[in-house]
Amino acid sequence: MTPIILALLLAATLPASAGDVLTDPMRGNVPILDEATPPAMPAQENKDVRRVRSHPMQPPNIPHKIDGYQLDKDVNRCLYCHSRTRIEETRAIPLSVTHYMDRDGNVRGDVSPRRYFCTQCHVPQEEVKPLVENRFQDFETASRPRPGKAAPKSK
Amino acid sequence: MIRNAVDLLRRYWRVMRRPSAYFSLGFLTVGGFIAGVVFWGGFNTALELTNTETFCIGCHEMRDNVYVELQPTIHFSNRSGVRAKCPDCHVPHNWTDKIARKMQASKEVWGKVFGTIDTREKFEAQRLTLAQHEWARLKANNSLECRNCHGFEFMDFTRQSPRAAQQHGTLLASGERTCIDCHKGISHRLPQLPAPQASAR
Repeated sequence: MTPIILALLLAATLPASAGDVLTDPMRGNVPILDEATPPAMPAQENKDVRRVRSHPMQPPNIPHKIDGYQLDKDVNRCLYCHSRTRIEETRAIPLSVTHYMDRDGNVRGDVSPRRYFCTQCHVPQEEVKPLVENRFQDFETASRPRPGKAAPKSK
Repeated sequence: MIRNAVDLLRRYWRVMRRPSAYFSLGFLTVGGFIAGVVFWGGFNTALELTNTETFCIGCHEMRDNVYVELQPTIHFSNRSGVRAKCPDCHVPHNWTDKIARKMQASKEVWGKVFGTIDTREKFEAQRLTLAQHEWARLKANNSLECRNCHGFEFMDFTRQSPRAAQQHGTLLASGERTCIDCHKGISHRLPQLPAPQASAR
């Protein structure tokens, strides 16, 4: 009895017929045994215009190229411009005070080791079409009454 | 002993001062000219031989450390295929300055003979010192080797990113900063800088 039920379950999970094509948004319509031609490597955005954060706690992303920037235990190329003491000359955005805090919330004199590797949170952006449509709305956009429409009623 | 040496010198001095008895003036002049061409040409050819990348990376110290680091950078592989070789940046192109630099480089022969940086560990230990020598040299000559290719007068600021144009238009244009002040570590890995310099340049 049990093997029959299992077989039925298995059959139900398989594609209904061999004609069905499984498509993967990353691979496109390429059969699984063929090698997909990868899309051309996109250019990194390099406009130096700050982007709006999607939510207040989002680490802002990098509006410029960081090709070949050395970021290791010896050197942090980002801090070359973004460190507290360099911003007057470079006009870069300084690190926020949270980057100087250790996990107990004590503010230290130098960048906290847990915040040292910038690209763990901050990344440059590339000029690509998103694979999946993004319907994200910022809180302000979502909560603001649209012209001609009544504001969503709150309880 | 000393008297013997002085006698020898005196004898040679007399030979050098005396007019030639067997060789004609024409032979001596033309022969001297030809010998001059051969020696001078030979000297410069040998000098140019030491001014090639093949010569530089003939030693494993350069081949396994700095040359490897150069390869992923913009000065080695890029869209247009123009690349910088070691002497383009590290040896002055002007003859007099080149000779001066070559004489300094005899210290490097000493280093090679006595294995100052013949392991990765030794090289890493010396990296800061070596880098500081090059930074000081480029700072002193106003980044001459950079400017051999990158002429400030020919920079099109509209083709630069806004922040590059801003920096080049102010600090570089006024002569307050020179290339190496900001572009350290452009072709080789940077060492850990001593604390006061770590965040401030």
